Amino acid sequence: MATVPERYWWYEKVEPLEKIWLILAFLLVVVFFSAWMLIWHVIGPQNSTGKAYRVDPAAFKAEVEQFVAKYRVGEENGRPVVEPPAGSDVYLYATRFAFYPILRLRAGERYLLHIAALDYLHGFSISNSHQWNIQLYPGYEWVLPFTPTEPGVYNVVCNEYCGIGHEMMVGKILVVER
Amino acid sequence: MAEVYRSCPVTGFKVYGQTETLIRANAVAAVVALLVGGVSALVILLTRWLGAFPPRTFYLFVALHGWNMLIFWIILFEVAILYFAGSVMLNTRLAAPRLAWLAFGLMVIGAVMVDYAIFRSPVNYLSFQPYPPLRGTPDFYFGTVLYAIGALIAVGIFFATVYLARKERAYEGSLPLVVYGAFVAAVLAVATLLVGALVYVPAFLWSVGLLRTIDPFIWKLAYWGYGHPSQQINLAATISVWYLLSFLTVGGRTPSEKVSRFAFALYLVAINLGSAHHLQSEPSGALSIGWKWINTGYLMHLAVLGSMIHAFAVPGSVELAQRVRGYTRGLFEWLVKAPWGNPSFVSLVLSIALFGFLGGTGGVIAGTEQLNLKWHNTLAITGHFHGVVVAGTTLAFMGLTWYVLPLIFRRKVIGGNLVKIQPWLYGIGMGLLVLAFMQLGVRYGLPRKQPDIFTFGRSPWGFSYPPAVFTLLGLAGVGGLLAIAGGALFILLVVGTVLFGKRLTDEELRVQYRLPVVPIAGASPSHAAAPPSLKGTFALCLIFGLFFLALYLGNFWALSKAWPVGQ
Repeated sequence: MATVPERYWWYEKVEPLEKIWLILAFLLVVVFFSAWMLIWHVIGPQNSTGKAYRVDPAAFKAEVEQFVAKYRVGEENGRPVVEPPAGSDVYLYATRFAFYPILRLRAGERYLLHIAALDYLHGFSISNSHQWNIQLYPGYEWVLPFTPTEPGVYNVVCNEYCGIGHEMMVGKILVVER
Repeated sequence: MAEVYRSCPVTGFKVYGQTETLIRANAVAAVVALLVGGVSALVILLTRWLGAFPPRTFYLFVALHGWNMLIFWIILFEVAILYFAGSVMLNTRLAAPRLAWLAFGLMVIGAVMVDYAIFRSPVNYLSFQPYPPLRGTPDFYFGTVLYAIGALIAVGIFFATVYLARKERAYEGSLPLVVYGAFVAAVLAVATLLVGALVYVPAFLWSVGLLRTIDPFIWKLAYWGYGHPSQQINLAATISVWYLLSFLTVGGRTPSEKVSRFAFALYLVAINLGSAHHLQSEPSGALSIGWKWINTGYLMHLAVLGSMIHAFAVPGSVELAQRVRGYTRGLFEWLVKAPWGNPSFVSLVLSIALFGFLGGTGGVIAGTEQLNLKWHNTLAITGHFHGVVVAGTTLAFMGLTWYVLPLIFRRKVIGGNLVKIQPWLYGIGMGLLVLAFMQLGVRYGLPRKQPDIFTFGRSPWGFSYPPAVFTLLGLAGVGGLLAIAGGALFILLVVGTVLFGKRLTDEELRVQYRLPVVPIAGASPSHAAAPPSLKGTFALCLIFGLFFLALYLGNFWALSKAWPVGQ
């Protein structure tokens, strides 16, 4: 039966072109792709690195409220709009089914984002135009620097299912000229 | 023990009655799951594309679609493949057929329980995995555990059958490559199902109130130790089926047993740890960069290397057989003169191409730490897994079915030439859908698991995506409809054949389904004086490698335009 291998397949020579492909594939995926991930940590401006802490959701909520009270500049659809000083720490929480508060930021300034979910897993995706998305957990505060580059209105969507109503979970970041 | 068997007039394999009945039962149950999943696909598609159904309906059908397609259809079919590989291909009776019926019963009951649980209470979960603190109902978790136990028993029976074949000297030398691949899939299945118990048993205890809390982060970490390796079972099974289809359609054999087996072994070594690529965009600090890099860099890429090797070896086995047959002109005469009229061959080609160019490359890119920032939980991920398990796995299994029907059910496929358009409909449809989904996800950030990008559930914060998004959604919609038509045609032909297909006698089977003969005894390079050089496959692989590199760098280019983060 032709599906049964030769008894001594171990000693069969490998076809030269297959050998070359093996080497090329090794160089591409194992050497280059792996190395590039590390190199981008050094030269690349976009990495998902930051610090994370375990946090009590209620305590984190209080921190966000404090931040909102301090820098509140307005309101939109019942949610506060907050403008922190350029380059400072900004706080944001995600809860069913809202992102709180609305941030107003300066283009080109580097901010330190403190972000956590209060209740369920949520996503934080800066959409339209698409920047990036990260995953949020209740009980974990993620501290992550970022720099909004272009002025504009950025919509934030939750991209992790969090219950019926998930489809309404939308927020906003306003970026204005420096 | 004397058991009844017949000799297959086509392949010469011994087919035992018990094995045959069990293969039939599992395959039929798989197709029923495919039907439920297919109907759900239509509901989902019309909602995302045109907003046809309310969000609640969407969530319900996403859960049904995921469980019935990814878990029930694929695993039940894989059990049939395991019984075929272990018993038929090794000419041995199936070990413990009664236990195999128990496994089948458990899987069917588990599947029905999960479907019922989803139907009854769609509020808490979707997209098949409720991450704690979202809590499924106890019957949901209990059903998954029953199903998994059934699958585990089936895998055990496969191992016992291989052992039996070895003990009774039913085969000589090494396992055939296809059985070896199935064996790798089975080992992965054991590891995976045990990790599965680590997540589902606590979740069940938690759902009935015996466990007070579950840490959502730790749970998700453990979950993906089960979630992605379970897809590696599909990968190993799919590639085994590719080798089998190459043998059945053109008489192909791998150009190198050694290299192909090494590639399968890489899956065993590397993939479980590589599953960390599901945790790239999680609060870091909880997971160190070094840990992520080792797991998703070297370890994942070693498994990817395995797939890159098969990307040469499977087309190479077709080319080798065709060249030995005499199609030696130029780079591609072997491919041009291939049996394109055979739907199984078309399924094989489309499955390899779509799996490789779209699903596989997409998976590597999505699993790259930084690129995950663009891909994570967007529609591009949905594109990736439809590229691998639908256009890849499902299409390959469908291709194999056109042999299962005459050889195992001994019925002639109904509908005449209708079967020939099935793989084209399904493959091209899926290809369009996957391409559109990847664009929508990476360029426009369209979330997956989101039924309403039109009004966002009438949220005052709703916004509009650019018009190009709706064009792409239309493309995905048309592709999806084509694929659903292809899937419906598949089910129609299979059910029609099983019920009404003309019964085939041994003589008819022998004459009409004769396997392709490769003229030189043993097409393996060790026998031919000068083994043909596989230039065509090499050229195709170079194109693939360059495409892969370009896609990878293109994704980094797109990422480099995004807001700086994390530095």
